[in-house]
Amino acid sequence: MDVKEKYYLEIADSAFILSHRLAECCSRGPYLEEDLAGTNNALDLIGLAESLYTEAAKMHEAGMSADDLAYRRSEGDYYNYLLCEQPNTDFAWIMTRQFFMDVFHYYFFSELIRSSDAFLQAVAHKTLKEVTYHLKRSSEWMVRFGGGTETSRLKAQNAIDGLWKYTGELFTASNADTCLRALHVSADLEVVRAKWLQKVNEVFYLANLKKPSNDYQVLGGKSGIHSEYMGHMLSDIQFLTNKYPEAIW
Amino acid sequence: METENQGALWEVFIQTKAGQAFKHAGSIHAFDKEMAIENARDTYTRRGEGTGLWVVPSDQIVAVSALETPSFFEPADDKVYRHPTFYNLPEGVQQM
Repeated sequence: MDVKEKYYLEIADSAFILSHRLAECCSRGPYLEEDLAGTNNALDLIGLAESLYTEAAKMHEAGMSADDLAYRRSEGDYYNYLLCEQPNTDFAWIMTRQFFMDVFHYYFFSELIRSSDAFLQAVAHKTLKEVTYHLKRSSEWMVRFGGGTETSRLKAQNAIDGLWKYTGELFTASNADTCLRALHVSADLEVVRAKWLQKVNEVFYLANLKKPSNDYQVLGGKSGIHSEYMGHMLSDIQFLTNKYPEAIW
Repeated sequence: METENQGALWEVFIQTKAGQAFKHAGSIHAFDKEMAIENARDTYTRRGEGTGLWVVPSDQIVAVSALETPSFFEPADDKVYRHPTFYNLPEGVQQM
């Protein structure tokens, strides 16, 4: 596979899988407004994934469509971060996962605006507007959890402790990252890491939440090695295309 | 999940284009100002309905009670001479 196609897929798969996790909450929000906000967020992410899949499909030697890339690959061929596939444990987990990804997306796309790849540059411009809003919403929720009741603070801290081990992967360069870095196509993950950490620290400070002292990190998603949740999730995502292979919109 | 406490009620006003009046769109629930404006955005402007947004706590709105409606509004009913119906609007005027 072409490294550029792999790079597009890494970005697209993370958006696609996170979008599906959010979509799973559709109609299950604590109240109408929050339900809509979550699904809006899911739609922004699927829009991002769709534009990248469409572009990646053009590069694919076997002539695949964007739908084929989204719905007809096996588990090992998805390159999303492990963080995105983690289940919807409770509202604090959903929002913490979102917060970590929103901060990441914000600084990641801020870097990609300077990419030498015109398509990625355009995607970054469009996405940054959406992500700025996502980040505002999820960071305010973190502060609300921390400053709310003792239960809400504990639930948020619990989510942070549980999800922290999947955040290191966001800044671990894949082969595609490294190859494309030399061509100024990919984002500089070290810059993204420093800014991510600064923002997370800032919000944690405001929210009276703590970074876990254990910094053990799990890697794998970007090379197709997933957690136990991924297979179950894909059987759900691919159910329709498997049962009705000819189905179209 | 908890459904009893959804926060306070806020009224939402949307401005369709810059320069136009804000129109009442509906209401939302929220616990604070930031959440109110975001919930209003996510509930009422998802299809490009607006370029401006106001939210106002519903309990801050002063309204005429049903009991007072007759004394407030009916006296105007028989005073047609207050309507400026004898003027022609210039053709270019669209919002009046």
